[in-house]
Amino acid sequence: MLNRCCAGVLSLRHSAGTVGEVTEPPVRHVSLRSGVYADSVRLMQVSRDVGAREGVTAVLVAMATPLNLELAAGMGLAPGDGASPDQLLIAIEAVDDDALAAAVAAVDTALAARERTAGPAQAVPLRTIGAGLDALGSDGPALAVVSVPGPYAVAEAADAIAAGGSVLVFSDGVPVEAEVALKRAAHEAGVLVMGPDCGTAIVSGLALGFANVVRPGPVGMVAASGTGAQQVSCLLDAAGVGVSHVLGVGGRDLSEAVGGLATLDALALLDADPATERVLLVSKPPAPSVAAAVRAAAEGLSVPVRSAALSPENPDLTAAVEALLADMGVTVPEWPSRPAALQAAPGAVLKGLYSGGTLADEAMLLAAPVLGDVRSNTPLRPELDLGTDLSAPDSVVIDFGDDALTVGRAHPMIDPTLRLEALARIAASGEPAVVLLDVVLGYGADPDPAATLAPALRAAGLPAVVALVGTEADPQGWSRQADALAAAGAAVFASNAQATRHALELLGVAR
Amino acid sequence: MSLLSGPPAVVAAGVDVFSAALRAQGADVHDVDWRPPGFGDPADLAALALDRRRAAANRTAVERVMAAGSRLVDVRPARDVLGLPDRTLLHAGPPIGWDDASGPLRGALIGACLFEGWASSVEDAERVLAAGEVALDPCHHHRTVGPMAGVTSPSMWLWCLEDPVTGGQAFCNLNEGLGKVLRMGAYNDEVLTRLAWMRDVLGPVLQAAVRSMAEPLDVKAVLAQMLQMGDEGHNRNRAGSLMTLRELSPAVVEVDAPSSDIAAVLRFIGGNEHFFLNLGMPTAKLALDAARDVSGSTMVTVMSRNGTEFGIRTAGTGDRWFTGPANTPVGLFLGDYGPDDANPDIGDSAIMETYGVGGFTMAAAPAIVRFVGGTVPDALATTERMYQLTLAENPAMQVPILGFRGSPTGIDVLAVARTGWLPQINTGMAGRVAGTGQVGAGLVQPPQQCFEQALAALAQESRTA
Repeated sequence: MLNRCCAGVLSLRHSAGTVGEVTEPPVRHVSLRSGVYADSVRLMQVSRDVGAREGVTAVLVAMATPLNLELAAGMGLAPGDGASPDQLLIAIEAVDDDALAAAVAAVDTALAARERTAGPAQAVPLRTIGAGLDALGSDGPALAVVSVPGPYAVAEAADAIAAGGSVLVFSDGVPVEAEVALKRAAHEAGVLVMGPDCGTAIVSGLALGFANVVRPGPVGMVAASGTGAQQVSCLLDAAGVGVSHVLGVGGRDLSEAVGGLATLDALALLDADPATERVLLVSKPPAPSVAAAVRAAAEGLSVPVRSAALSPENPDLTAAVEALLADMGVTVPEWPSRPAALQAAPGAVLKGLYSGGTLADEAMLLAAPVLGDVRSNTPLRPELDLGTDLSAPDSVVIDFGDDALTVGRAHPMIDPTLRLEALARIAASGEPAVVLLDVVLGYGADPDPAATLAPALRAAGLPAVVALVGTEADPQGWSRQADALAAAGAAVFASNAQATRHALELLGVAR
Repeated sequence: MSLLSGPPAVVAAGVDVFSAALRAQGADVHDVDWRPPGFGDPADLAALALDRRRAAANRTAVERVMAAGSRLVDVRPARDVLGLPDRTLLHAGPPIGWDDASGPLRGALIGACLFEGWASSVEDAERVLAAGEVALDPCHHHRTVGPMAGVTSPSMWLWCLEDPVTGGQAFCNLNEGLGKVLRMGAYNDEVLTRLAWMRDVLGPVLQAAVRSMAEPLDVKAVLAQMLQMGDEGHNRNRAGSLMTLRELSPAVVEVDAPSSDIAAVLRFIGGNEHFFLNLGMPTAKLALDAARDVSGSTMVTVMSRNGTEFGIRTAGTGDRWFTGPANTPVGLFLGDYGPDDANPDIGDSAIMETYGVGGFTMAAAPAIVRFVGGTVPDALATTERMYQLTLAENPAMQVPILGFRGSPTGIDVLAVARTGWLPQINTGMAGRVAGTGQVGAGLVQPPQQCFEQALAALAQESRTA
């Protein structure tokens, strides 16, 4: 028989504790495992470490060679018949069941622990999320952020779930069946899938994707809408309230097909989070069956949940924030703004030029009762679809962040080119108009949007109202941007609803 | 660990502006160097990534591989142990006929026909083989593996190994040594004389010795130890061969045979640095056979070459072969031989890499890297890279220089596709002309086609499961 380098075997026996008068008899664990091999040096280290634990009185972790079996028998820890030298003997004696169970678990941990050395001279790149998480070896929570092309995002997200990590999928173009499968798997694994097509999240103060620098606070958000979440979190910041987390779930989560899988998991996470005292759900209108399921789930939570789902009945995110503040007994502040003395030409129409989809929706919902139906490339109803004709006359709202307009180019929050071209075209057409725009600040966005927009507004010479979504702490600075835009003659509002109403008032006066 | 229990460590794949923004916030961010997959239909990749059976099936498969043991229980002629009839020859790699066989395989088949007395001359052997009068079948179809040409005839003696965990068996012929040898395609008198001696003396002596041992040799334990002694178990078997000699010697000297035969046997074993390879290969085969037929698993169970084609099998696709044209190894050449003399990749010995050693544990064998034309940092990087292709780290097969990290074990077809990296194989090189013998040693990779086909088949199976 080959010598299995069993020259050194460390066995340990402490004198059992004799505290108090009654000494419970010790408890023992003796097992044999096949398919596990470790060299004797390693096993000696394991025996030593486990033997040093509180409540452990004797340990032998060794290959079951005849010599080691004899040792175990001498300690009163013989495994019985049938042991063979390729099996690993784990023999532990402890003062009680808890100490014993912990010691057995500690053996497993120690055997699984991997010694690390400095990497090779030639670093090998990590190619997948799975490899990255494997190399991480972190004690805290792990989050994968996936922004690879949609069809390939599935495998990367699946890696994270398999490794017990949550994942934010920024990518769009992920098939809906894959989204459902990922979210089901995540639910079973007790992790969260944010997205696909999730542009905004804040996790324990860490801004992911397009997100603003908001103060920490008691309000947790579940958001199926990125710019909606940005608007709400910035208004909460302005009110001095702040947010705990913003969990994006992707624009399709509340559809019939996905059934709110991530929304339900995110609600449960926030319910269990000690930093979160209230929850706000931000979304476009959910599918009715899903809305009912989410409502039912929310009622079962201990944390109060308020919905800010946009709809013709609830067209106003700012109003939702104000209602939440009222719930909390917080006085609603005057939302930041920079007024301007604007006048619309007779017969003027509304030209909404948006980068944020939810903000565009909010503008249309608020405008519809005043202006009647507003046509759009992302219409409220299919028959209002502009198609590809972005220079159509009359009142329109265009979402430049729509997928069809971002193919092969950056999002308008980063690259303003298309929107500035549209602005110039409207000015050149001579059609009397009030221009309504959003400017979204924060991480991921244009580092100085006013630098290009202010001159373009001056050149256009049209009355312009800007919804400036951001905070003072954002890299761009709300006031700095607001002042620059106001200097170009625009009226600036932190609230998109206020900006929209202001534009509508200008049009009303003009009529 | 709840996502919300503290600022998360972030691992990011894709656009780097997001990582930059996270770094600006002081976050713990790790970018992976993501690339589009090396091959595979995105829908196939997604289907496999989302297959709910996959994680558990792969765990089952790779745990079976790692749990399997290997005991040397007997040495017997192939005729008896495999029931191999006359006029049947086993060969390495996926199925192939004489017409497509390369030089070294043809040479070995000719030599085996001469050795068995089925032909009276080289020309006669070629005629018999070309006429299909000798049946050819892959070793792998008989729980058998053979290095290089892998040609196994009824009169050759086989190592008989048994897995104590599953009771499975695997077989491999006896290693002839280096240079002019049948497995490299040589068939001259020197080769045939040696084969006859192996049949008449070596085999019977080893059988008697192995049968007399109080406890069967634990071959897996030898393999585990040789990795800590500078071998990688495929192209360097020096320590393993010496340990085998040490373990067998006492039993060999007690065999009732002329002392000159005993001396010849010990001299032969001691003079052959690859003697252990033919024990290591069936050890790997036992382990991988234990993982056959695990539906939903994307793990590779066989990599093998016949000198013309490279073939693989996976745990989730049964006995199906996925084949592509074999590449020609790159490396160093013996004597005057050069790249033009090398035959495309040949042999069942890639079972070692399939098991997670050989090229996968290059880092354990710095002494070999120059022989196969590499550097020590290359060897370390190769093993590091293989971790990203594999499902587990085998705690029994440790690589000292990597902090005794377990060998990268269980090649995952999905990981091969996603990384675009192919398994690294260390191999000998046979001369392309029949009768030449060994011309060198080097490094080689499978053709990507094998993995492309396997991926498509696994995805197909996944959709219908």
